[in-house]
Amino acid sequence: MTREEAPGARDIAVVAFAQTDHRRTTDEVSEVEMLMPVLHQVLERTGLKAADIGFTCSGSSDYLAGRAFSFTLALDGVGAWPPISESHVEMDGAWALYEAWVKLRTGDADTALVYSYGKSSPGSVRDVLTRQLDPYYLAPLWPDPVALAALQAQALIDAGATDEPALAAVGARSRADATANSHAQLRGSVSQGDYLVRPLRTGDCPPIGDGAAAVVLAVGERARELCERPAWIRGIDHRIEAHGLGVRDLTDSPSARLAAERAGAYERPVDTAELHAPFSSQEVVLRRALGLDETVRVNPSGGALAANPIMAAGLIRIGEAAARIHRGESDRALAHATSGPCLQQNLVAVLEGDPR
Amino acid sequence: MSAILKAPLTVEFPFTRSVGPVQSAFLTGLRERVVLGVRTVDGKVLVPPVEYDPVTAEEIRDLVEVAPTGTVTTWAWNHDPRRGQPLDTPFAWVLVKLDGADTALLHALDAPGPDTVRTGMRVRVRWAEERSGAITDIACFEPYDGESVEPAGHSGEFEEAITGIVAAARLDYTYSPGRAQTGYIEALGDRRIVGERCPTCRKVYVPPRGACPTCGVATRERVEVGPGGTVTTFCIVNIKAKNLDIEVPYVYAHIALDGAGLALHGRIAGIPYDQVRMGLRVEPVWTQGARYPDHYRPTGEPDADYDMYKELL
Repeated sequence: MTREEAPGARDIAVVAFAQTDHRRTTDEVSEVEMLMPVLHQVLERTGLKAADIGFTCSGSSDYLAGRAFSFTLALDGVGAWPPISESHVEMDGAWALYEAWVKLRTGDADTALVYSYGKSSPGSVRDVLTRQLDPYYLAPLWPDPVALAALQAQALIDAGATDEPALAAVGARSRADATANSHAQLRGSVSQGDYLVRPLRTGDCPPIGDGAAAVVLAVGERARELCERPAWIRGIDHRIEAHGLGVRDLTDSPSARLAAERAGAYERPVDTAELHAPFSSQEVVLRRALGLDETVRVNPSGGALAANPIMAAGLIRIGEAAARIHRGESDRALAHATSGPCLQQNLVAVLEGDPR
Repeated sequence: MSAILKAPLTVEFPFTRSVGPVQSAFLTGLRERVVLGVRTVDGKVLVPPVEYDPVTAEEIRDLVEVAPTGTVTTWAWNHDPRRGQPLDTPFAWVLVKLDGADTALLHALDAPGPDTVRTGMRVRVRWAEERSGAITDIACFEPYDGESVEPAGHSGEFEEAITGIVAAARLDYTYSPGRAQTGYIEALGDRRIVGERCPTCRKVYVPPRGACPTCGVATRERVEVGPGGTVTTFCIVNIKAKNLDIEVPYVYAHIALDGAGLALHGRIAGIPYDQVRMGLRVEPVWTQGARYPDHYRPTGEPDADYDMYKELL
């Protein structure tokens, strides 16, 4: 339904974005304590109070915390009394933003607060993420996300789409760009390091860290009141591929391409792309699948190779793309989020600023 | 403020999962050293098999035996195996297209080193000595340069087909409750109960979690509450919980400690269960070595007036 505009369809924009500094460990704060400052920041930037927000949606994972219903504790940071209209996805916050976007499209609300957070530091994220795999054929073998990404990287190398020096260059460029991003965990020159799972070296892999992010969405004139240059969501869509890894062509991402098409990404060129590619090889897959050429500025924030707070990193891509539009550094940006092994699920949003 | 508390936290869960007809045939087949795939509507053979066609979503049940030999379609060298993985010596993760299959199966390849592995290499299944009907019945793959093995054309019908698997998992964490709850737990060590006051609404939250859920702001001001309190509501428990050394019936209650803005829960003892009532005044009873009050008992004070605690129900 993203392209067929219904009569009276409502324009929806990202009007504020905030994120924490992403760090390897944050023992001193609970999840809600980590989250609260970014909630306060986005509300301050819009002048809204918690009670003014029409709909609230969050993304997180109990498996990172090792506790059931951990997201209910984070709700304390929102101010959920008197009762608010609220929802949660056990997914990256980009999917929470999608749900909020749907809610605003229905006319049930004019503003939405979307937040997500993840503390990877209490557990072993490589083990934790094996539990999202199919429980019959994959999970009993404990293939960790680095191993699965390495299979994808080797498939790309075999296909002649990249090689190890090219992959290293993706990581180096990401961390060089991240020097301008005070929130990033890895900035500047980072050693390419040893193989973690060959052909991926530590430099090809994301840092493990804790962090949170929040955005505010608003509709039409409300967005113009709250933000000088709103980042209008022109289209947003998400798609998934067969869960069997051996069924898929790991060198391609037809789901990302279809989501981009349905979001309207190919109608006109974008100037910026924030890609959620936790592994250097995944940036190669996405650039090919999305047809991004050298004219597009990819991950000026440093991307997930500079900071990858799980469950927030995808929402941060949308937030970073929107913030560039807010600042007037981009007019039309593509934001992408992924979830699952080897880019299994992909979400694409196209954001635009008003013409200047 | 002392250091933030930390403690090991292990989450273990033996998920018992049922399997459908196709997965049952595949997993039972592995127990019998037979590899089965399933044929899709357009004639492709999927190994491992699924119950619905990934393209058309139609239910598929047409089982096909494939060979235990195959070809590596991609691989990754794992020099440092992790807990639970198929081999504890360095190995290659591989996607293997078995002879007769159109899709690839993920597993481990036992090979001497990365220089001996390549995409396109021929491999065969190494069966586990003890097999139970699980993907781990394939111990791993091993390099193979012999003839491809012709499958016998098994029907997929087995005696005593498995109907489920137990997906055991264990994850280890280092749990840290954060600043506010560390303060709460440390105070319990001194047999005190502390909350935190919201700077905006002035309500005292206990146990404190560092945020006021009403105002959505950080709470910092620590406040000691109790020891006395009032029963705001209660229930009578008639079923004995496993491993619980308390005679039934007993009373489980919400207790608003004096000065607290919301009620805690705890067990009421020292009074017949049928005499517990809303408004009953109670105090905590600490036992030797316990890290929290064992139960609450009546103080003998007159009952609290309903208006005094009605906001705390």
